[in-house]
Amino acid sequence: MALATGARPMSVPYAWGLSHPGMRRMLIRLLAGGLVVFVGVPLLTLVLWSFAGEWFWPAVVPTQFTTRWYQAVLENPRVIDAMILSFTIAPVVTLLTALISIPAGYAFARLNVPFRRVLLLLFLIPNAFPRIGLYVSLAVLYYQVGLIDTFWGVVFLHMIGTLVYMTWITTATFRSINPALEEAARDAGASPVRAFFAVVLPIAMPGIIVASLFSFLASLDEAQGTLVVGTPHFITMPVLMYTLISSFERPIAAVFSVLLTIPSLLLLFAAQRYLQSEYVAAGLGRI
Amino acid sequence: MAEVELRHVDKYYGSLKVVDDISFKLADHEFLALLGPSGCGKTTTLRMLGGFIHPDAGEILVDGVDITGVPPERRPTAMVFQNYALWPHMTVAENIGFGLRLRKMARAQVADKTAEILRVVGLERVERRYPAQLSGGQQQRVALARALVLGPQILLLDEPLSNLDAKLRVRMRDEIRRIQQDLQITTVYVTHDQEEALTMADRIAIMHQGRIQQIGNAVEVYERPQTTFVADFIGSSNFFAAQLACSNGATWAHVGQVSLPVEADGLADGTRVTVSVRPEDLEVVTAPGEGTFPIEDARLVNFGAYKRLLGRNSDIGEFEVRVGKDFVLADSKRPLYGRILRARAFTEL
Repeated sequence: MALATGARPMSVPYAWGLSHPGMRRMLIRLLAGGLVVFVGVPLLTLVLWSFAGEWFWPAVVPTQFTTRWYQAVLENPRVIDAMILSFTIAPVVTLLTALISIPAGYAFARLNVPFRRVLLLLFLIPNAFPRIGLYVSLAVLYYQVGLIDTFWGVVFLHMIGTLVYMTWITTATFRSINPALEEAARDAGASPVRAFFAVVLPIAMPGIIVASLFSFLASLDEAQGTLVVGTPHFITMPVLMYTLISSFERPIAAVFSVLLTIPSLLLLFAAQRYLQSEYVAAGLGRI
Repeated sequence: MAEVELRHVDKYYGSLKVVDDISFKLADHEFLALLGPSGCGKTTTLRMLGGFIHPDAGEILVDGVDITGVPPERRPTAMVFQNYALWPHMTVAENIGFGLRLRKMARAQVADKTAEILRVVGLERVERRYPAQLSGGQQQRVALARALVLGPQILLLDEPLSNLDAKLRVRMRDEIRRIQQDLQITTVYVTHDQEEALTMADRIAIMHQGRIQQIGNAVEVYERPQTTFVADFIGSSNFFAAQLACSNGATWAHVGQVSLPVEADGLADGTRVTVSVRPEDLEVVTAPGEGTFPIEDARLVNFGAYKRLLGRNSDIGEFEVRVGKDFVLADSKRPLYGRILRARAFTEL
């Protein structure tokens, strides 16, 4: 192979041989293999359990397949209510988080915010302690202000977590955008607000979409806190799942997990389209 | 189009004074190059002209009107940024038409103007492409078109050619100068490349440590540098420490045993000075004569079109002489002598 080019100098391996195509291919295969084992196998097990009519040791796959678990779950009115609630809360949480995090991220990235580092760390503090303690003290607070067992109580609780993701991701996104792009818009006659909406926001969109996705999924999966402040009237899907798992109906729990996984997968595929569009590469890489 | 004036402009970054009392005036249609090494304050000066940085002291005037506090979107200036700063999510046509659309121009008219300005900068059939699909040179032209399409009174260019390869740089240099001449637009051009400054600009302001060292046309800054920094930065120079001696209207500099005629711009007899001599203002001879000094340890460096002789003398130290490309060191035993044809004296030591 190397002979064809004749006088080409011998390539010198560096960076742990990563420049060597064979080595790189092997590493990529290893990584892909790891992903399949650690993500694929548990997922597949879940799917198998959700369809399992009869599955006893030592069978590798269920000996009987059935859809009755799905039927049982989807015919349960509590399940339908929980699904509707989950898919109402998650968009509301995402929207409110975006409304706060996008301006906050921009301010952290661009403006001379005093104590910027301290403020960014402050966002992290709720995540630095055992969550359950936080939820219990929040529940006490909620009792006093009348937010316990309310829709907005659950929404605000979810936002404690999502605000962190979104503000950190949008800060990084805005910081990666060359300020000259914004200056060029000002130079062409745009006001600061106009420059933001015409230039900065569209370029930051992939980052914002990813951050929104994280918020959406985080809200969809939140169970502990919702269980503490939302019961008995605001039971979301994961909260319901907890109660079902504790009643040892393994296939039912598997069905739930699959149902909860589907939106994640769909959203990831949808986001991938944005992440591959060419201006991302141009906006974040070259310019 | 417009006259531009800076009056005693200062700018600090923290406690560091990056622009120090800069004043200059640009005539209508004039092309000024701000030339200097990185960190000399040239880009900061340009950004203050564009309105992106606010000066800490001083005034900026356009046609006699103070625009110091005017934001960039309301200044009669247009900037070409160093990395072009083309908007990656917009096509070439959208990039160029952005400012026109902000001015509520009709769609058809925007398209006409865009096509027209693309012809001016020498680009065609790229309207629908995205910046990432263009070569560096094409991106450069689009950035220029975007700045020109709004018909600015003052064009600001921030190292526009620094990302292009050498050949393209020379071509774009001529092109930008041609467009500037055609449109008769007052232009300020920031560069660290003296060749760009010397070939393009009507006048050159050489900056160092936030100050303008000298401002003048290419001949003036090259032939009559006013500071050792300018003498060293534009072209190259040999520097010698010397003492001035004036007699019969002529001024001589004594460098140890060697004395040479210098241009001293009215410096007094006996002043301690630095003498600068361009490598081409020295000649190499084979016999001693008036004003010659022996060259020791001569060696040659070949530059293709010419050669440089590097030598040493016990009085004046090390120096460089520009010699013809056919010059050879025939015999290392045969002594060589140098003679200085032209030198300038500065009071800086």
